Amino acid sequence: MRLYVLVATGSLRRYATYRVATVAGLFTNIVFGLIIAYTYVALWHLRPHLGGYTLPQAVTYVWIGQGLLAATAIMGGGFEDELAERIRTGDIAIDLYRPADLQLWWLAQDLGRALYQVAARGVVPLFAGAFFFDLALPVNPLVWAAFLLAVLLGLVVSFAIRYLVALAAFWLLDGKGAAQVAGLAATFWSGMLLPLNAFPGLLGEIARALPWSSMLQLPADVLLGTRGGWGTLGAYAFQAGWAAALLALGRLLQAAATRRVVVQGG
Amino acid sequence: MADGSPRALAWRQLCDGVRAYRLIAVMGIRSQLTYRVSFAVTAFGNFAATAFDFVTILLMFTQVDALGGFSLPEVAFLYGTSATAFGLCDLVMGSVDRVGARVRDGTLDVLLLRPAPVLAQVAADRFSLRRVGRVVQGGAVLGYALGAADIDWDVARVVLVPVMLVCGGLIFAAVFVAGAAFQFWAQDAAEVQSAFTYGGTALLQYPPGLFAKDLVRGVVFVVPLAFVNWLPALYVLGRPLPLGMPDWVGFLAPAVGAACCAVAGLAWRKGVRAYRSTGS
Repeated sequence: MRLYVLVATGSLRRYATYRVATVAGLFTNIVFGLIIAYTYVALWHLRPHLGGYTLPQAVTYVWIGQGLLAATAIMGGGFEDELAERIRTGDIAIDLYRPADLQLWWLAQDLGRALYQVAARGVVPLFAGAFFFDLALPVNPLVWAAFLLAVLLGLVVSFAIRYLVALAAFWLLDGKGAAQVAGLAATFWSGMLLPLNAFPGLLGEIARALPWSSMLQLPADVLLGTRGGWGTLGAYAFQAGWAAALLALGRLLQAAATRRVVVQGG
Repeated sequence: MADGSPRALAWRQLCDGVRAYRLIAVMGIRSQLTYRVSFAVTAFGNFAATAFDFVTILLMFTQVDALGGFSLPEVAFLYGTSATAFGLCDLVMGSVDRVGARVRDGTLDVLLLRPAPVLAQVAADRFSLRRVGRVVQGGAVLGYALGAADIDWDVARVVLVPVMLVCGGLIFAAVFVAGAAFQFWAQDAAEVQSAFTYGGTALLQYPPGLFAKDLVRGVVFVVPLAFVNWLPALYVLGRPLPLGMPDWVGFLAPAVGAACCAVAGLAWRKGVRAYRSTGS
């Protein structure tokens, strides 16, 4: 356990080194937040209560999304490129004989990065949003605590998906195509384009049942309080269920892949 | 034979740059086409990634009939002009935002030693033909918009559409180059540029009436992205211009494009002069 905490803190400090990049990323988050928020204002103006959100809730959703974009690595930017590259070059052989579990190692690494980005990239967009718009943020600290737990579970689901994608490099060798497809899928199904509540009909039903809804839609709903107390527990169960299933799938795939590692190891 | 006047010198430099660009780009294209499947997949990925912006608009139009008073074909016209102009620029100049990484790892020094303009080398560096996907996607939406939108065509409007795409591309290119020049001072700030390039093209896909007046003023007077498509496109659509500007302002796009390129060129020159090698 101590080992994985060390890996996570090491990763956190590694990402914390690039301060200018963090500030630049925040600037971009704020600009995109502004653009998207204005389009939502126009949309909710015509369709008040679309997807069960009031206008302030819809605008708050935008800024939650910008705040979580880096941490959830929805559009990429997490550990997956690094792992895929190690698989491609064969360095993965070294990782496999380390006295540590491969999946837990990368989970710790990715959570370290994500926790830094929740702190460094999550707070400022919310303040910026509150500066320009009327937001629907809760004052109850318990709601914020519940939100952070939902974010954490969402981060684990996000990791589990990207771990599967990175392992695909064992078969594809060049992992770029898989990473790109995964990024596109996450962008669409996470609700980064439009809240999944506002998706029409069957498409919305499907979107809300898929694991990507754990990353942004469910944490946002917990913070906005649209699901009620029991709904929050339901959200946790949904996220934890997907996390367990996807992590288990990752283990199976890892077992199958490591039997192939001789191919690259020479 | 040898003409030493400054104008001839500038002309020769431009020709050198274009030639160097062409050589490097052709080399890049040939190496990418070696892996045909990988090329097809990434080109399609590029197409799909851009298409998402339009999917968002389509999703919105499943809930409403008009956005900011604009119908779907009209928004598609804004989208198509913005995305195509940006796609053309990204295809030609998209690589310049890697200059910060080159400064950091010291590989810019190699480019400075070669007898070809640095900007041309940086722009052609790893020329990615797959970015064609973006142009194709924007062009397809523009094609739909031209067919479906109710436009009162006359000569000025017919001429303005291609002019808009070229000038829009030039304005975006200027933003790319100015952003790249900024990276000589702040190497990790590549993402600031994304706010103006990717953010700019996203902004221009929606009617200006949706946004706060100050934001619109900013993209008219400070970073003149509004000349990429908003001002000329609103004229083509027969809509009033924002901020009470007269109709003819849209025709200033070529002048604004040229001015932007001049400013970006100066910024780039200053950036290269300020460059200090990391020495590693």
